[in-house]
Amino acid sequence: MAEIPRAALIVVLVLLACVVDAVLFDPLSLPGSPPNLLVLVVAAIALVLGPVGGAVTGFLAGLAADILPPADHLIGRYALVFCLAGYLVGLVHDEAQDSVVLSLVAVGAAAAVATLLYGALGGLLSDGRVDAHTILSSLPFSIFYDVLLAPFVVPWVMSLTRRAEPQVTRK
Amino acid sequence: MRDSRRTRVVLALLLLTAFTLITLDYRSRGGGFFGSIRRTASSVFGPVERVAADVVRPVRHAVQAVGDIGSNHKKVTDLQKEVATLQQQLKLQPFDTARENELEQLLHVSAVGQYKLLYAQVIAVSARNGFEWTATIDAGSSDGLKENMTVLNGDGLVGRLKIVGSTTSTVLLAIDPEFNVGVRLPNNAMGVVSGHGRSAMSLEMLDPTARVKSGDGLVTQGSLDQTPFVWGVPVGSVLSATNPLAGDVQTGEVKPYVDFSTLDLVGIVVEPPRVDPREALLAPPLPTVTVTTTATATATATVTASPLASFTPTFSFSSTPTAKPSKSSSPTPTAKASSKPSVTPSATPTPTAKPTATPTGSPTGAPTASASHG
Repeated sequence: MAEIPRAALIVVLVLLACVVDAVLFDPLSLPGSPPNLLVLVVAAIALVLGPVGGAVTGFLAGLAADILPPADHLIGRYALVFCLAGYLVGLVHDEAQDSVVLSLVAVGAAAAVATLLYGALGGLLSDGRVDAHTILSSLPFSIFYDVLLAPFVVPWVMSLTRRAEPQVTRK
Repeated sequence: MRDSRRTRVVLALLLLTAFTLITLDYRSRGGGFFGSIRRTASSVFGPVERVAADVVRPVRHAVQAVGDIGSNHKKVTDLQKEVATLQQQLKLQPFDTARENELEQLLHVSAVGQYKLLYAQVIAVSARNGFEWTATIDAGSSDGLKENMTVLNGDGLVGRLKIVGSTTSTVLLAIDPEFNVGVRLPNNAMGVVSGHGRSAMSLEMLDPTARVKSGDGLVTQGSLDQTPFVWGVPVGSVLSATNPLAGDVQTGEVKPYVDFSTLDLVGIVVEPPRVDPREALLAPPLPTVTVTTTATATATATVTASPLASFTPTFSFSSTPTAKPSKSSSPTPTAKASSKPSVTPSATPTPTAKPTATPTGSPTGAPTASASHG
């Protein structure tokens, strides 16, 4: 396990999360907005790597979410959102090392940031799909589902990331 | 060292890159370099999603089935009855085919509602934070699809093709807030219907004097050159309408006929009907139009849908078969075949039908072959 380069692991995890989101979670039509596995993966990796690693991972993950089908919005939008979310979660990575609660709070905050910022950006870009009502009504659901899923995803992703061979990104 | 200078430089650079990408994509909206990136991503990543969709489909269906455990038992019983009826009819088929063809030529019924369809399976759906309503289907340019084709299913309008990859494509669903379609009412008044995600669709009449009432059915008006919308596809029924002052445009809410939470099998219109089918497809109570004793279906599409496939076939397949057997090698209910479905509202003496699609949700035990226009 220690042989896997960290970058490769991150790419695999991000793509996996994108696929599961697209073929499993989004089609389920759960009430509210669907759970977003990608946010969880970005948050988990950011908790291990810190702000720089979090921002880079978030950027790449967002870019994947912007491009992979069936995405249909401006390329770069999720890249920006997840980049900031990854950075913010990364800021607390020292404190969250031995606090489960703080990790969960960070994941919930990442989900909230992703929804709010994506919506706000839509407002800036005059995206007809976004209005305050949609953002606010989907916000509690995205936080709820993501925090609910977090115990099953985050520890697993974190331990994989820790065990993978560290690249130069160690600060 | 947590938030050092270097950290902020990296973050600033990444954010700047993202802004640049957004700006560039905004300027070349839908086309240019970014358009080709999307198409390439669709071609490369579509097959991956397709395999993944096949793997997780049982899980998806299991979760969705929890919601309707009660109704499933009844559905199975109804389907068993229907299969028995259809098998019976199948035995009589050869005798009826010849006569039926003659009759059809005489009646000239084939012109009504003849969409040439290509069937595809929905493999992925995007409902990102409830803002964007798109779906990936397992057919693309190699199957003859082009951008801006109309997508429908047995219930009505599903959406239009937005991005076409080589073997998969992205459909902009009718409930997406960016989706607008011109519709026509039974009294020929025209309006525009727009999607609003999970909320009801909205209707805005074009003519200030035109009036609608709740319960009115809406069909697509048909675009210039039938692109992106062919004419005569059922869209939805009016839920409620405002009561405006004279001279003001009436607006209303529309309930789509299609259930977007259980999309599975869809048809893409590869050739529009030659004649406007007008309200033909709206006729008896949608969404389950059962053309009793008129289901004259000759050999048509090889549609092998599982009972769980939410594709509710609604109109009778008829006329000459242009069956293109499923090319997909996947063992799951993937139906891909082009056929010429048409509505034959006139009474044909002998009810014959071939179960081309496994019809779901047609609770009538009568010899009805509910087939589909999509």
